[in-house]
Amino acid sequence: MAKADYKNVWVLAEVQRGKLSPTAYELLTAGRKLADELHEKLCAVLLGFEVESFAQDLIERGADCVYICDDVHLEHYIDDVYAKVLNSLVKTYKPNKFLIPATNRGRALSAKTAVFIGTGLTADATDVQIHQEDGQLYATRPTFGGNLMATITCAKTRPEMCSLRPMSYERAVPQPGRKGEIIRFPFDATQHTSLAKFIEFIKNKGNDLDLSEAKVIVAGGRGIGKKEGFQLLAQLAERLGGTVAASRPPVDNGWIDYRYQIGLTGRTVKPKLYIACGISGQIQHMAGMSGADVVVAINKDPNAPIMKTAHYAVEGDLYEVIPAMLESL
Amino acid sequence: MHILVCVKQTPKSDNVKIDPATGCLIRSGSESAINPFDEYALEEAVTLKEQEGGRVSVITMGPPQAQQVLRDSIARGADEVYQLGDRALAGSDTWSTSYALAKGIEKINGLSPVDLIICGKQTNDSDTGHIGPQISAWLNLPNAAFVKKVIRVSKKSIVVERLTEDGSEVLELPFPCVLSVVKEINKPRVRSVKGRLAAKKATIVTWNADDIQADKTMLGIANCPTKVVKSFTPKHENTATIVEGNNGKEKGTKLVALLKENHFI
Repeated sequence: MAKADYKNVWVLAEVQRGKLSPTAYELLTAGRKLADELHEKLCAVLLGFEVESFAQDLIERGADCVYICDDVHLEHYIDDVYAKVLNSLVKTYKPNKFLIPATNRGRALSAKTAVFIGTGLTADATDVQIHQEDGQLYATRPTFGGNLMATITCAKTRPEMCSLRPMSYERAVPQPGRKGEIIRFPFDATQHTSLAKFIEFIKNKGNDLDLSEAKVIVAGGRGIGKKEGFQLLAQLAERLGGTVAASRPPVDNGWIDYRYQIGLTGRTVKPKLYIACGISGQIQHMAGMSGADVVVAINKDPNAPIMKTAHYAVEGDLYEVIPAMLESL
Repeated sequence: MHILVCVKQTPKSDNVKIDPATGCLIRSGSESAINPFDEYALEEAVTLKEQEGGRVSVITMGPPQAQQVLRDSIARGADEVYQLGDRALAGSDTWSTSYALAKGIEKINGLSPVDLIICGKQTNDSDTGHIGPQISAWLNLPNAAFVKKVIRVSKKSIVVERLTEDGSEVLELPFPCVLSVVKEINKPRVRSVKGRLAAKKATIVTWNADDIQADKTMLGIANCPTKVVKSFTPKHENTATIVEGNNGKEKGTKLVALLKENHFI
Protein backbone atom coordinates (compact mmCIF):
# COMPACT_ATOMS: atom_id res chain seq x y z
CA MET A 1 0.00 0.00 0.00
CA ALA A 2 1.19 3.47 -0.81
CA LYS A 3 1.74 5.32 2.45
CA ALA A 4 1.53 8.71 0.71
CA ASP A 5 -2.15 8.06 -0.06
CA TYR A 6 -2.92 8.24 3.65
CA LYS A 7 -3.61 11.78 4.85
CA ASN A 8 -5.02 13.55 7.89
CA VAL A 9 -5.12 12.96 11.60
CA TRP A 10 -8.24 11.30 12.98
CA VAL A 11 -9.50 11.23 16.54
CA LEU A 12 -12.37 9.11 17.80
CA ALA A 13 -14.94 11.18 19.70
CA GLU A 14 -16.45 8.72 22.16
CA VAL A 15 -20.13 9.02 23.02
CA GLN A 16 -21.34 7.06 26.01
CA ARG A 17 -25.03 6.98 26.94
CA GLY A 18 -25.86 10.05 24.91
CA LYS A 19 -23.00 12.12 26.27
CA LEU A 20 -19.84 13.17 24.47
CA SER A 21 -16.85 11.98 26.52
CA PRO A 22 -14.41 14.75 27.53
CA THR A 23 -11.66 12.49 26.14
CA ALA A 24 -12.80 13.80 22.73
CA TYR A 25 -11.57 17.27 23.68
CA GLU A 26 -8.25 15.85 24.93
CA LEU A 27 -7.73 13.97 21.68
CA LEU A 28 -8.55 17.14 19.72
CA THR A 29 -5.75 18.95 21.58
CA ALA A 30 -3.28 16.15 20.85
CA GLY A 31 -4.50 15.70 17.28
CA ARG A 32 -4.53 19.42 16.45
CA LYS A 33 -0.82 19.67 17.19
CA LEU A 34 -0.02 16.61 15.07
CA ALA A 35 -2.16 17.84 12.16
CA ASP A 36 -0.58 21.30 12.21
CA GLU A 37 2.92 19.86 12.16
CA LEU A 38 2.01 17.63 9.23
CA HIS A 39 0.04 20.41 7.46
CA GLU A 40 -2.86 18.01 7.30
CA LYS A 41 -6.47 18.17 8.44
CA LEU A 42 -7.74 17.12 11.87
CA CYS A 43 -10.86 14.99 11.61
CA ALA A 44 -13.12 13.70 14.36
CA VAL A 45 -15.04 10.45 14.02
CA LEU A 46 -18.45 10.34 15.67
CA LEU A 47 -20.26 7.00 15.96
CA GLY A 48 -23.57 6.44 17.72
CA PHE A 49 -27.27 7.13 17.57
CA GLU A 50 -28.52 10.71 17.41
CA VAL A 51 -25.00 12.07 17.79
CA GLU A 52 -24.98 14.66 15.03
CA SER A 53 -25.56 17.48 17.51
CA PHE A 54 -22.00 17.00 18.84
CA ALA A 55 -20.37 17.76 15.50
CA GLN A 56 -20.36 21.56 15.78
CA ASP A 57 -18.78 21.35 19.25
CA LEU A 58 -15.99 19.17 17.85
CA ILE A 59 -15.43 21.63 15.01
CA GLU A 60 -15.31 24.59 17.40
CA ARG A 61 -12.71 22.72 19.46
CA GLY A 62 -10.39 22.11 16.53
CA ALA A 63 -11.78 19.53 14.10
CA ASP A 64 -11.63 20.58 10.44
CA CYS A 65 -13.93 17.77 9.49
CA VAL A 66 -16.29 15.38 11.30
CA TYR A 67 -17.20 11.95 9.96
CA ILE A 68 -20.55 10.89 11.34
CA CYS A 69 -22.02 7.43 11.28
CA ASP A 70 -25.39 7.72 12.99
CA ASP A 71 -27.62 4.70 13.27
CA VAL A 72 -29.82 2.96 15.82
CA HIS A 73 -27.49 -0.08 15.58
CA LEU A 74 -24.78 2.10 17.11
CA GLU A 75 -26.82 3.18 20.13
CA HIS A 76 -24.98 0.70 22.35
CA TYR A 77 -21.35 -0.25 22.10
CA ILE A 78 -20.78 -3.66 20.51
CA ASP A 79 -17.13 -4.31 19.70
CA ASP A 80 -17.69 -5.93 16.29
CA VAL A 81 -20.15 -3.35 15.02
CA TYR A 82 -18.01 -0.37 15.98
CA ALA A 83 -14.77 -1.96 14.78
CA LYS A 84 -16.32 -2.84 11.42
CA VAL A 85 -17.64 0.69 10.91
CA LEU A 86 -14.22 2.16 11.77
CA ASN A 87 -12.57 -0.29 9.38
CA SER A 88 -14.95 0.77 6.57
CA LEU A 89 -14.28 4.44 7.30
CA VAL A 90 -10.50 3.95 7.30
CA LYS A 91 -10.58 1.92 4.07
CA THR A 92 -12.71 4.62 2.41
CA TYR A 93 -10.98 7.81 3.58
CA LYS A 94 -7.43 6.59 4.38
CA PRO A 95 -6.26 8.58 7.40
CA ASN A 96 -2.56 8.93 8.22
CA LYS A 97 -2.81 8.80 12.05
CA PHE A 98 -5.72 7.62 14.17
CA LEU A 99 -6.02 8.37 17.89
CA ILE A 100 -8.58 6.58 20.07
CA PRO A 101 -9.16 7.29 23.77
CA ALA A 102 -7.69 4.60 26.06
CA THR A 103 -10.95 4.21 27.95
CA ASN A 104 -12.22 0.67 28.64
CA ARG A 105 -14.18 0.80 25.41
CA GLY A 106 -11.43 2.49 23.42
CA ARG A 107 -8.78 -0.01 24.55
CA ALA A 108 -10.81 -2.93 23.24
CA LEU A 109 -12.12 -1.15 20.15
CA SER A 110 -8.73 0.10 18.99
CA ALA A 111 -7.27 -3.41 19.29
CA LYS A 112 -9.98 -5.11 17.25
CA THR A 113 -10.03 -2.33 14.67
CA ALA A 114 -6.24 -2.45 14.17
CA VAL A 115 -6.43 -6.12 13.18
CA PHE A 116 -9.38 -5.52 10.83
CA ILE A 117 -7.45 -2.69 9.19
CA GLY A 118 -4.13 -4.53 9.26
CA THR A 119 -2.03 -1.94 11.02
CA GLY A 120 0.02 -1.37 14.17
CA LEU A 121 -1.38 0.01 17.41
CA THR A 122 0.32 1.52 20.44
CA ALA A 123 -1.64 1.09 23.67
CA ASP A 124 -2.31 3.71 26.30
CA ALA A 125 0.19 6.35 25.22
CA THR A 126 0.66 9.44 27.37
CA ASP A 127 2.51 11.49 24.75
CA VAL A 128 2.34 11.62 20.95
CA GLN A 129 4.75 13.48 18.67
CA ILE A 130 5.43 13.77 14.97
CA HIS A 131 9.03 12.97 14.14
CA GLN A 132 10.57 15.96 12.40
CA GLU A 133 12.37 13.98 9.72
CA ASP A 134 10.18 11.04 8.82
CA GLY A 135 6.75 12.40 9.79
CA GLN A 136 6.02 9.24 11.76
CA LEU A 137 3.96 9.08 14.92
CA TYR A 138 6.15 8.57 17.98
CA ALA A 139 3.88 7.37 20.77
CA THR A 140 5.34 7.14 24.28
CA ARG A 141 3.71 4.92 26.88
CA PRO A 142 4.42 3.61 30.35
CA THR A 143 5.18 -0.10 30.44
CA PHE A 144 6.13 -2.62 33.15
CA GLY A 145 3.65 -1.00 35.47
CA GLY A 146 5.07 2.43 34.70
CA ASN A 147 8.65 1.54 35.61
CA LEU A 148 9.78 2.02 32.05
CA MET A 149 8.68 4.39 29.30
CA ALA A 150 8.73 3.10 25.74
CA THR A 151 8.45 5.08 22.52
CA ILE A 152 6.78 3.09 19.77
CA THR A 153 6.48 3.63 16.03
CA CYS A 154 4.68 1.93 13.18
CA ALA A 155 6.82 2.44 10.09
CA LYS A 156 5.23 0.40 7.32
CA THR A 157 1.47 0.43 7.68
CA ARG A 158 -1.11 3.23 7.77
CA PRO A 159 -2.85 4.60 9.63
CA GLU A 160 -0.52 4.56 12.62
CA MET A 161 -2.93 3.88 15.46
CA CYS A 162 -2.63 4.78 19.10
CA SER A 163 -4.88 4.74 22.14
CA LEU A 164 -4.24 7.79 24.29
CA ARG A 165 -4.58 7.66 28.06
CA PRO A 166 -7.36 9.90 29.37
CA MET A 167 -6.18 13.17 30.89
CA SER A 168 -2.81 13.09 29.18
CA TYR A 169 -3.74 16.26 27.31
CA GLU A 170 -5.72 19.38 28.23
CA ARG A 171 -9.23 19.69 26.88
CA ALA A 172 -9.44 21.81 23.73
CA VAL A 173 -11.40 25.03 24.30
CA PRO A 174 -14.09 26.09 21.85
CA GLN A 175 -13.56 28.89 19.33
CA PRO A 176 -17.17 29.94 18.70
CA GLY A 177 -18.11 30.15 15.05
CA ARG A 178 -15.23 27.99 13.82
CA LYS A 179 -16.22 26.29 10.57
CA GLY A 180 -15.70 22.74 9.41
CA GLU A 181 -16.99 20.08 7.13
CA ILE A 182 -19.44 17.32 8.06
CA ILE A 183 -19.31 14.04 6.16
CA ARG A 184 -22.07 11.50 6.79
CA PHE A 185 -21.06 7.89 6.40
CA PRO A 186 -23.80 5.32 5.85
CA PHE A 187 -24.24 2.45 8.28
CA ASP A 188 -24.35 -0.84 6.39
CA ALA A 189 -26.53 -3.34 8.27
CA THR A 190 -25.34 -6.19 6.05
CA GLN A 191 -21.64 -5.60 6.76
CA HIS A 192 -21.43 -3.93 10.15
CA THR A 193 -22.78 -6.90 12.04
CA SER A 194 -22.21 -8.76 15.28
CA LEU A 195 -23.61 -11.88 16.85
CA ALA A 196 -23.32 -10.24 20.27
CA LYS A 197 -26.41 -8.61 21.76
CA PHE A 198 -26.59 -5.66 24.13
CA ILE A 199 -29.01 -6.37 26.97
CA GLU A 200 -28.80 -3.55 29.48
CA PHE A 201 -26.72 -0.93 31.22
CA ILE A 202 -26.38 -1.05 34.99
CA LYS A 203 -25.47 2.28 36.55
CA ASN A 204 -22.97 2.37 39.41
CA LYS A 205 -24.71 1.91 42.74
CA GLY A 206 -24.62 4.55 45.45
CA ASN A 207 -23.62 8.12 44.87
CA ASP A 208 -22.69 9.38 41.45
CA LEU A 209 -19.00 9.00 42.04
CA ASP A 210 -17.00 10.48 39.23
CA LEU A 211 -13.42 10.69 40.40
CA SER A 212 -12.33 12.06 37.06
CA GLU A 213 -14.41 15.21 37.61
CA ALA A 214 -13.40 15.77 41.26
CA LYS A 215 -11.63 19.06 42.00
CA VAL A 216 -10.21 17.88 45.32
CA ILE A 217 -9.22 14.32 46.14
CA VAL A 218 -8.09 13.04 49.54
CA ALA A 219 -6.55 9.64 48.93
CA GLY A 220 -5.45 7.00 51.40
CA GLY A 221 -2.80 4.33 51.05
CA ARG A 222 -1.37 1.47 53.04
CA GLY A 223 -0.38 3.93 55.78
CA ILE A 224 -4.05 4.48 56.68
CA GLY A 225 -3.72 1.17 58.48
CA LYS A 226 -7.44 0.43 58.92
CA LYS A 227 -10.79 0.71 57.22
CA GLU A 228 -12.03 3.34 59.70
CA GLY A 229 -9.23 5.66 58.60
CA PHE A 230 -11.21 6.53 55.51
CA GLN A 231 -13.84 8.20 57.71
CA LEU A 232 -11.26 10.77 58.75
CA LEU A 233 -10.23 11.24 55.11
CA ALA A 234 -13.88 11.62 54.13
CA GLN A 235 -14.28 14.41 56.70
CA LEU A 236 -11.37 16.28 55.21
CA ALA A 237 -12.62 15.64 51.68
CA GLU A 238 -16.07 16.90 52.57
CA ARG A 239 -14.68 20.07 54.14
CA LEU A 240 -12.67 20.76 51.00
CA GLY A 241 -15.57 19.98 48.67
CA GLY A 242 -13.92 16.85 47.31
CA THR A 243 -14.04 13.10 47.48
CA VAL A 244 -11.97 10.29 48.94
CA ALA A 245 -9.97 7.84 46.86
CA ALA A 246 -7.30 5.22 47.45
CA SER A 247 -4.16 3.60 46.15
CA ARG A 248 -4.21 -0.13 45.55
CA PRO A 249 -3.33 -1.64 48.99
CA PRO A 250 -6.48 -0.37 50.80
CA VAL A 251 -8.60 -1.78 47.97
CA ASP A 252 -6.81 -5.12 48.13
CA ASN A 253 -7.28 -5.12 51.91
CA GLY A 254 -11.00 -4.58 51.47
CA TRP A 255 -10.99 -1.20 53.27
CA ILE A 256 -12.58 0.59 50.32
CA ASP A 257 -14.33 -0.31 47.07
CA TYR A 258 -12.36 -0.84 43.85
CA ARG A 259 -14.08 2.06 42.09
CA TYR A 260 -12.15 4.44 44.37
CA GLN A 261 -8.81 3.09 43.22
CA ILE A 262 -6.44 5.47 41.48
CA GLY A 263 -3.49 4.31 39.45
CA LEU A 264 -2.49 2.07 36.63
CA THR A 265 -5.07 -0.59 37.46
CA GLY A 266 -7.62 1.98 38.64
CA ARG A 267 -8.73 5.40 37.51
CA THR A 268 -6.78 8.35 36.18
CA VAL A 269 -7.59 11.69 37.82
CA LYS A 270 -6.60 15.28 37.35
CA PRO A 271 -7.90 17.29 40.31
CA LYS A 272 -6.79 20.77 41.34
CA LEU A 273 -5.68 19.42 44.72
CA TYR A 274 -4.60 15.87 45.56
CA ILE A 275 -3.84 15.03 49.17
CA ALA A 276 -2.05 11.69 49.43
CA CYS A 277 -2.25 10.26 52.94
CA GLY A 278 -0.05 7.30 53.83
CA ILE A 279 0.64 6.66 50.16
CA SER A 280 4.24 5.82 49.34
CA GLY A 281 3.96 6.89 45.71
CA GLN A 282 4.71 3.73 43.77
CA ILE A 283 4.95 4.43 40.07
CA GLN A 284 1.70 2.50 39.45
CA HIS A 285 -0.15 4.95 41.66
CA MET A 286 1.61 8.02 40.30
CA ALA A 287 0.48 6.97 36.82
CA GLY A 288 -3.09 7.74 37.87
CA MET A 289 -2.63 11.10 39.60
CA SER A 290 0.48 12.80 38.27
CA GLY A 291 -1.73 15.22 36.33
CA ALA A 292 -2.99 16.86 39.55
CA ASP A 293 -2.29 20.59 39.76
CA VAL A 294 -1.10 20.47 43.38
CA VAL A 295 -0.06 17.35 45.28
CA VAL A 296 0.25 17.22 49.06
CA ALA A 297 1.89 14.17 50.63
CA ILE A 298 1.37 13.27 54.27
CA ASN A 299 3.60 10.40 55.27
CA LYS A 300 5.54 9.14 58.28
CA ASP A 301 8.41 8.15 56.00
CA PRO A 302 10.35 11.18 54.70
CA ASN A 303 12.01 8.90 52.13
CA ALA A 304 8.79 7.70 50.52
CA PRO A 305 8.98 8.48 46.78
CA ILE A 306 5.88 10.69 46.89
CA MET A 307 7.59 13.01 49.41
CA LYS A 308 9.98 14.02 46.64
CA THR A 309 7.52 14.47 43.79
CA ALA A 310 4.76 16.19 45.79
CA HIS A 311 4.47 19.98 45.90
CA TYR A 312 4.07 19.92 49.68
CA ALA A 313 5.56 17.18 51.82
CA VAL A 314 4.36 16.75 55.38
CA GLU A 315 6.40 14.28 57.42
CA GLY A 316 4.12 13.05 60.14
CA ASP A 317 1.31 10.86 61.36
CA LEU A 318 -1.82 11.48 59.31
CA TYR A 319 -3.91 10.83 62.43
CA GLU A 320 -2.30 13.96 63.97
CA VAL A 321 -1.98 16.06 60.82
CA ILE A 322 -5.51 15.67 59.45
CA PRO A 323 -7.37 16.52 62.71
CA ALA A 324 -5.19 19.64 62.95
CA MET A 325 -6.11 20.50 59.36
CA LEU A 326 -9.80 20.05 60.13
CA GLU A 327 -9.48 22.38 63.10
CA SER A 328 -7.91 25.18 61.13
CA LEU A 329 -10.19 24.92 58.10
CA MET B 1 -17.93 -27.18 26.82
CA HIS B 2 -14.39 -26.71 25.54
CA ILE B 3 -12.84 -23.58 27.05
CA LEU B 4 -9.49 -22.26 25.93
CA VAL B 5 -7.42 -19.89 28.05
CA CYS B 6 -4.52 -17.77 26.79
CA VAL B 7 -1.74 -17.25 29.32
CA LYS B 8 1.63 -15.56 29.31
CA GLN B 9 4.77 -16.01 31.36
CA THR B 10 5.75 -12.60 32.68
CA PRO B 11 8.10 -11.19 35.32
CA LYS B 12 6.54 -11.22 38.78
CA SER B 13 5.26 -7.70 39.10
CA ASP B 14 6.88 -7.04 42.46
CA ASN B 15 10.30 -7.99 41.18
CA VAL B 16 10.55 -5.70 38.19
CA LYS B 17 13.65 -3.56 38.66
CA ILE B 18 15.24 -1.21 36.18
CA ASP B 19 18.96 -0.68 35.94
CA PRO B 20 19.18 3.10 36.45
CA ALA B 21 22.30 3.36 34.31
CA THR B 22 21.13 1.43 31.26
CA GLY B 23 17.36 1.75 31.58
CA CYS B 24 17.16 -1.99 30.99
CA LEU B 25 15.12 -4.51 32.91
CA ILE B 26 16.94 -6.61 35.45
CA ARG B 27 15.37 -10.04 35.50
CA SER B 28 16.40 -13.54 36.28
CA GLY B 29 14.60 -16.71 35.23
CA SER B 30 13.26 -17.57 38.65
CA GLU B 31 11.29 -14.34 38.86
CA SER B 32 8.82 -15.31 36.13
CA ALA B 33 5.31 -16.58 36.71
CA ILE B 34 1.91 -16.72 35.11
CA ASN B 35 0.71 -13.17 34.32
CA PRO B 36 -1.41 -12.29 37.38
CA PHE B 37 -4.39 -11.21 35.22
CA ASP B 38 -4.38 -14.64 33.54
CA GLU B 39 -5.01 -16.34 36.89
CA TYR B 40 -8.53 -14.91 36.82
CA ALA B 41 -9.06 -16.12 33.25
CA LEU B 42 -7.98 -19.62 34.18
CA GLU B 43 -10.02 -19.66 37.38
CA GLU B 44 -13.15 -18.61 35.47
CA ALA B 45 -12.57 -21.35 32.90
CA VAL B 46 -12.11 -24.02 35.58
CA THR B 47 -15.23 -22.80 37.45
CA LEU B 48 -17.29 -22.95 34.24
CA LYS B 49 -15.95 -26.44 33.53
CA GLU B 50 -17.03 -27.58 36.98
CA GLN B 51 -20.50 -26.09 36.49
CA GLU B 52 -21.17 -27.00 32.89
CA GLY B 53 -18.91 -29.97 32.27
CA GLY B 54 -16.26 -30.09 29.57
CA ARG B 55 -12.59 -29.29 29.65
CA VAL B 56 -10.07 -26.50 29.71
CA SER B 57 -7.18 -26.11 27.30
CA VAL B 58 -4.43 -23.55 27.82
CA ILE B 59 -2.20 -22.00 25.18
CA THR B 60 0.90 -19.86 25.62
CA MET B 61 3.41 -18.39 23.24
CA GLY B 62 6.97 -18.18 24.46
CA PRO B 63 10.40 -19.75 24.85
CA PRO B 64 10.95 -23.21 26.42
CA GLN B 65 10.92 -21.80 29.97
CA ALA B 66 7.32 -20.66 29.35
CA GLN B 67 6.34 -24.31 29.79
CA GLN B 68 6.49 -23.56 33.51
CA VAL B 69 3.24 -21.56 33.28
CA LEU B 70 1.60 -24.41 31.38
CA ARG B 71 2.45 -26.84 34.17
CA ASP B 72 1.18 -24.28 36.65
CA SER B 73 -2.05 -24.06 34.63
CA ILE B 74 -2.49 -27.84 34.95
CA ALA B 75 -1.99 -27.48 38.72
CA ARG B 76 -4.77 -24.88 38.70
CA GLY B 77 -7.19 -27.20 36.93
CA ALA B 78 -6.46 -27.12 33.18
CA ASP B 79 -6.69 -30.39 31.22
CA GLU B 80 -4.53 -29.85 28.15
CA VAL B 81 -1.74 -27.41 27.43
CA TYR B 82 -0.17 -26.09 24.24
CA GLN B 83 2.98 -24.07 23.69
CA LEU B 84 3.74 -22.04 20.59
CA GLY B 85 7.51 -21.96 20.48
CA ASP B 86 9.54 -20.78 17.52
CA ARG B 87 12.38 -18.33 17.11
CA ALA B 88 10.34 -16.76 14.32
CA LEU B 89 7.87 -15.57 16.99
CA ALA B 90 10.43 -13.72 19.12
CA GLY B 91 9.89 -10.00 19.55
CA SER B 92 6.35 -10.06 18.14
CA ASP B 93 4.11 -7.12 18.98
CA THR B 94 0.45 -7.60 19.92
CA TRP B 95 -0.65 -7.75 16.26
CA SER B 96 1.73 -10.62 15.47
CA THR B 97 1.23 -12.33 18.83
CA SER B 98 -2.55 -12.34 18.48
CA TYR B 99 -2.18 -13.66 14.93
CA ALA B 100 0.02 -16.57 16.08
CA LEU B 101 -2.32 -17.36 18.98
CA ALA B 102 -5.31 -17.27 16.63
CA LYS B 103 -3.54 -19.74 14.32
CA GLY B 104 -2.79 -21.99 17.29
CA ILE B 105 -6.40 -21.77 18.44
CA GLU B 106 -7.59 -22.68 14.93
CA LYS B 107 -5.47 -25.81 15.12
CA ILE B 108 -6.81 -26.73 18.57
CA ASN B 109 -10.32 -26.02 17.28
CA GLY B 110 -9.66 -28.51 14.48
CA LEU B 111 -8.84 -31.19 17.05
CA SER B 112 -11.84 -30.37 19.22
CA PRO B 113 -14.16 -27.39 18.61
CA VAL B 114 -13.57 -24.51 21.03
CA ASP B 115 -16.67 -22.84 22.53
CA LEU B 116 -15.14 -20.11 24.62
CA ILE B 117 -11.79 -18.32 24.67
CA ILE B 118 -10.82 -16.44 27.84
CA CYS B 119 -7.91 -14.02 28.26
CA GLY B 120 -6.79 -11.89 31.19
CA LYS B 121 -7.51 -8.18 30.96
CA GLN B 122 -3.90 -7.38 30.10
CA THR B 123 -0.38 -8.51 31.01
CA ASN B 124 1.62 -6.96 33.80
CA ASP B 125 4.66 -6.44 31.57
CA SER B 126 3.09 -4.67 28.59
CA ASP B 127 -0.32 -3.57 29.92
CA THR B 128 -1.88 -3.36 26.45
CA GLY B 129 -5.08 -5.39 26.80
CA HIS B 130 -4.94 -5.98 23.03
CA ILE B 131 -4.68 -9.75 22.82
CA GLY B 132 -8.28 -10.77 23.63
CA PRO B 133 -9.97 -8.34 21.22
CA GLN B 134 -7.32 -8.98 18.56
CA ILE B 135 -7.69 -12.77 18.70
CA SER B 136 -11.42 -12.24 18.24
CA ALA B 137 -10.71 -10.09 15.17
CA TRP B 138 -8.44 -12.70 13.54
CA LEU B 139 -11.01 -15.44 14.22
CA ASN B 140 -13.94 -13.17 13.36
CA LEU B 141 -15.68 -13.95 16.64
CA PRO B 142 -17.77 -11.71 18.91
CA ASN B 143 -15.94 -10.53 22.02
CA ALA B 144 -16.28 -8.57 25.22
CA ALA B 145 -13.49 -7.02 27.25
CA PHE B 146 -13.34 -5.91 30.92
CA VAL B 147 -15.74 -8.73 31.84
CA LYS B 148 -16.40 -8.64 35.61
CA LYS B 149 -19.10 -11.28 35.90
CA VAL B 150 -20.60 -14.27 34.13
CA ILE B 151 -24.35 -13.98 34.70
CA ARG B 152 -25.53 -17.17 33.03
CA VAL B 153 -24.47 -19.81 30.56
CA SER B 154 -26.69 -21.78 28.22
CA LYS B 155 -25.87 -24.39 25.59
CA LYS B 156 -25.58 -21.74 22.91
CA SER B 157 -24.52 -18.53 24.61
CA ILE B 158 -23.05 -16.75 27.60
CA VAL B 159 -24.38 -13.62 29.31
CA VAL B 160 -21.71 -11.41 30.87
CA GLU B 161 -21.36 -8.09 32.61
CA ARG B 162 -18.52 -5.83 31.52
CA LEU B 163 -17.07 -2.90 33.42
CA THR B 164 -17.47 0.61 32.04
CA GLU B 165 -16.34 3.91 33.55
CA ASP B 166 -19.90 4.65 34.69
CA GLY B 167 -21.21 1.21 35.63
CA SER B 168 -21.50 -1.99 33.68
CA GLU B 169 -23.09 -3.37 30.54
CA VAL B 170 -24.78 -6.74 30.16
CA LEU B 171 -24.16 -8.54 26.86
CA GLU B 172 -25.15 -11.88 25.43
CA LEU B 173 -22.55 -13.56 23.22
CA PRO B 174 -23.20 -16.77 21.30
CA PHE B 175 -20.50 -19.47 21.33
CA PRO B 176 -17.83 -19.41 20.13
CA CYS B 177 -16.74 -16.07 21.54
CA VAL B 178 -13.82 -14.35 23.27
CA LEU B 179 -13.83 -12.76 26.74
CA SER B 180 -11.15 -10.70 28.49
CA VAL B 181 -11.75 -10.75 32.23
CA VAL B 182 -10.85 -8.39 35.09
CA LYS B 183 -9.81 -9.38 38.60
CA GLU B 184 -13.24 -8.63 40.07
CA ILE B 185 -14.62 -11.74 38.35
CA ASN B 186 -13.41 -14.30 40.91
CA LYS B 187 -10.90 -15.26 43.55
CA PRO B 188 -8.36 -17.73 42.16
CA ARG B 189 -8.11 -20.86 44.29
CA VAL B 190 -4.92 -22.37 45.63
CA ARG B 191 -3.39 -25.23 43.67
CA SER B 192 -4.52 -28.64 44.89
CA VAL B 193 -2.16 -31.50 45.72
CA LYS B 194 -3.79 -33.53 42.96
CA GLY B 195 -3.23 -30.65 40.57
CA ARG B 196 0.43 -30.34 41.51
CA LEU B 197 0.95 -34.02 40.83
CA ALA B 198 -0.85 -33.78 37.50
CA ALA B 199 1.33 -30.79 36.60
CA LYS B 200 4.48 -32.86 37.00
CA LYS B 201 3.20 -35.59 34.72
CA ALA B 202 1.50 -33.36 32.15
CA THR B 203 2.34 -33.66 28.47
CA ILE B 204 2.99 -30.34 26.82
CA VAL B 205 2.19 -30.11 23.12
CA THR B 206 4.67 -27.80 21.40
CA TRP B 207 4.08 -26.36 17.96
CA ASN B 208 6.26 -24.20 15.74
CA ALA B 209 5.09 -21.67 13.14
CA ASP B 210 4.79 -24.33 10.43
CA ASP B 211 2.72 -26.60 12.69
CA ILE B 212 0.07 -23.90 13.04
CA GLN B 213 0.36 -22.89 9.36
CA ALA B 214 1.27 -19.34 10.29
CA ASP B 215 2.52 -16.96 7.60
CA LYS B 216 6.08 -16.26 8.76
CA THR B 217 6.09 -12.85 7.08
CA MET B 218 3.60 -11.78 9.76
CA LEU B 219 5.66 -12.95 12.75
CA GLY B 220 8.46 -11.71 14.92
CA ILE B 221 10.37 -8.53 15.52
CA ALA B 222 11.32 -8.09 11.86
CA ASN B 223 7.78 -8.33 10.53
CA CYS B 224 5.40 -6.98 13.16
CA PRO B 225 4.01 -3.49 12.46
CA THR B 226 5.15 -1.71 15.62
CA LYS B 227 8.65 -1.27 17.03
CA VAL B 228 10.01 0.07 20.27
CA VAL B 229 12.44 2.75 19.14
CA LYS B 230 13.40 4.06 22.57
CA SER B 231 12.95 3.15 26.21
CA PHE B 232 13.86 5.16 29.25
CA THR B 233 13.08 5.41 32.95
CA PRO B 234 10.75 8.22 33.94
CA LYS B 235 12.53 11.00 35.82
CA HIS B 236 11.21 12.47 39.02
CA GLU B 237 12.55 15.76 40.26
CA ASN B 238 12.73 16.53 43.93
CA THR B 239 10.70 19.71 44.08
CA ALA B 240 8.72 19.29 47.27
CA THR B 241 8.27 22.12 49.74
CA ILE B 242 8.79 20.61 53.18
CA VAL B 243 6.07 21.69 55.58
CA GLU B 244 7.89 22.48 58.83
CA GLY B 245 6.67 22.09 62.40
CA ASN B 246 7.49 20.50 65.73
CA ASN B 247 4.74 17.90 65.53
CA GLY B 248 1.90 16.65 63.34
CA LYS B 249 -0.53 19.14 64.78
CA GLU B 250 1.67 22.11 63.96
CA LYS B 251 2.38 20.79 60.50
CA GLY B 252 -1.31 20.28 59.77
CA THR B 253 -2.08 23.87 60.75
CA LYS B 254 0.86 25.13 58.71
CA LEU B 255 -0.23 23.11 55.68
CA VAL B 256 -3.70 24.63 55.70
CA ALA B 257 -2.17 28.10 55.98
CA LEU B 258 0.11 27.41 53.00
CA LEU B 259 -2.72 26.05 50.87
CA LYS B 260 -4.92 29.04 51.70
CA GLU B 261 -2.10 31.52 51.08
CA ASN B 262 -1.61 30.08 47.59
CA HIS B 263 -5.35 29.90 46.92
CA PHE B 264 -5.32 26.15 46.48
CA ILE B 265 -8.25 25.89 48.90
